[in-house]
Amino acid sequence: MLIVPCPNCGPRNAADLRYVGESRPRPDPNSASAKEWRAYLYERANPAGMLRETWYCRSGCRRYFVLERDTVSNEFTNPPTPVAKLGKRP
Amino acid sequence: MKQRPPRYSAARLVSRAARKRVWPRVWREAPLRNSYDVVVIGGGVHGLATAYYLAANHGITNVAVLEKSYLGSGGSGRNTAILRSNYLTPEGVIFYDRSLDLYRTMAIDLNMNVMFSRRGHITLAHSDASLRTMHWRAEVNKLQGVDSSVIGPADIKKLAPVLDTSSHPRYPILGALYHPPGGIIRHDAVVWGYARGADTLGVEMHQKTEVVDIKVTGGDGPGGKGPGGRVTGVRTNRGDISAPVVVNCTAGWASLISDMAGVKLPISTRPLQAAVTEPVKVFLPVVVVSGTLHVYVSQTARGELVFGASVDPYNTYNIRGSLEFTEGTAGHLLELMPGISRMRLLRQWAGLCDMTPDYSPVMGFTPVEGFLCDVGWGTYGFKAGPVSGEQMAEAIATQRTPDLIGPFSLSRFERDALVGEKGAAAVGH
Ligand SMILES: Cc1cc2nc3c(=O)[nH]c(=O)nc-3n(C[C@H](O)[C@H](O)[C@H](O)COP(=O)(O)OP(=O)(O)OC[C@H]3O[C@@H](n4cnc5c(N)ncnc54)[C@H](O)[C@@H]3O)c2cc1C
Ligand SMILES: [Zn+2]
Repeated sequence: MLIVPCPNCGPRNAADLRYVGESRPRPDPNSASAKEWRAYLYERANPAGMLRETWYCRSGCRRYFVLERDTVSNEFTNPPTPVAKLGKRP
Repeated sequence: MKQRPPRYSAARLVSRAARKRVWPRVWREAPLRNSYDVVVIGGGVHGLATAYYLAANHGITNVAVLEKSYLGSGGSGRNTAILRSNYLTPEGVIFYDRSLDLYRTMAIDLNMNVMFSRRGHITLAHSDASLRTMHWRAEVNKLQGVDSSVIGPADIKKLAPVLDTSSHPRYPILGALYHPPGGIIRHDAVVWGYARGADTLGVEMHQKTEVVDIKVTGGDGPGGKGPGGRVTGVRTNRGDISAPVVVNCTAGWASLISDMAGVKLPISTRPLQAAVTEPVKVFLPVVVVSGTLHVYVSQTARGELVFGASVDPYNTYNIRGSLEFTEGTAGHLLELMPGISRMRLLRQWAGLCDMTPDYSPVMGFTPVEGFLCDVGWGTYGFKAGPVSGEQMAEAIATQRTPDLIGPFSLSRFERDALVGEKGAAAVGH
């Protein structure tokens, strides 16, 4: 299986984490049009290549973080730099 | 001039053997031309069935199926071949049931022994909540005329004596949804049957032909692609092809193909793993599924147990197997059937699945004129091959969306009209 480099706990088996999915900017609910909001809800880039994705370290530090991974080789960018702030759900 | 291939029959088998005649290839190879009426991308059951029904039902034979690898190299040659129609939504039930109808007469229609074994299908309930979903499904099924009912542990034991129906397991079996017309089939034969049938009618299949771009003009997006545009053809590793109609039947790769036309899809690609044991004497006459334990199993005509689980928990285009899968799934299988603990595993594999948010497919027209999709088949699309091909062919021939696939159009995500099938499709493919 996949070994996920948690920025706090180090390398962990993916089974210890929860995959939240593709990381996309959330439109402002007050100003977003229905079309933009639905695109945010349903559309996925689903690239074969580099993907920014959100993980939740379920049985470790219990933080959300964003990593970059190649969806073809399954390798995370090295060193694993969390590209979003920790703790809060991005 | 095309010559009809000989029909398959027992008499022919004997007579050709006696005369030492070699059988011709199942389908022929033609040179790739630079224009077709319809280009179908993806040589799985969906692409081949679409091409076959275009020719068989509508006389549209100037059709090419382009496959980057070999026919059946995707999910269509990797699935566990379970067929059923006991879904949860009325839209789903009536749609999948039409597919079972087509499967029922397929061996005759395609003159190919597809080994459809309608042996019965049971989905186990280990909790009150799942028993309630079973009752819900049974009622929806019955309303659509589908044979489906909830049975208790005593009847389950009669259908599959090997199951542990006692109160000892961690998740005791409380009941099951029983679907007698469900069963298994020989998936490769289905793929080859459609390829042979399409070939006989004049359709061309091109293997090792990868689509690398789709040509669209007049669209809102970059390069004239995207909504409002219209398709003019495709670019392949073997040259350009012009075509007014291009159909995306690429399952796990659907987003990549759709991106080439500038159409965004609600799809995530995930691998699904399966495994098979050594062959033993037949002891499991029905297909068994347990959503709670994330496992399903059936025994092939050769006697092997084929089993699988739900998709891997993250997106990837990589189909490497994992020990977690075999260990975890085998453990769950043993909870259901402690008696098989000495069986040995033969091999394991995986295939890509095109998952949608509501576990229903994305079918029909898109905002790009001439670009159609038949994707979003997730872990459950093999059974839908025939009906999808039939309906997609009708959509192309009539330029209208047939009623049966209307609910699955891409626009349902704009209309907030999702068709939620998770309760019937997450584990029991
Ligand atoms: C392990 C496993 C078990 C399953 N079990 C079941 C089951 O029991 N019952 C069930 O109903 N379903 C099951 N499924 C799902 C089922 O296999 C799929 O939904 C179905 O086969 C999809 O068929 P398809 O023709 O749409 O796609 P595929 O058979 O995947 O064909 C798509 C084709 O497109 C080709 N392609 C991709 N990109 C390009 C390109 N750029 N140019 C040209 N060609 C391209 C690929 O090479 C591939 O051959 C299972 C799937 C897996 C992986
Ligand atoms: Zn952690």
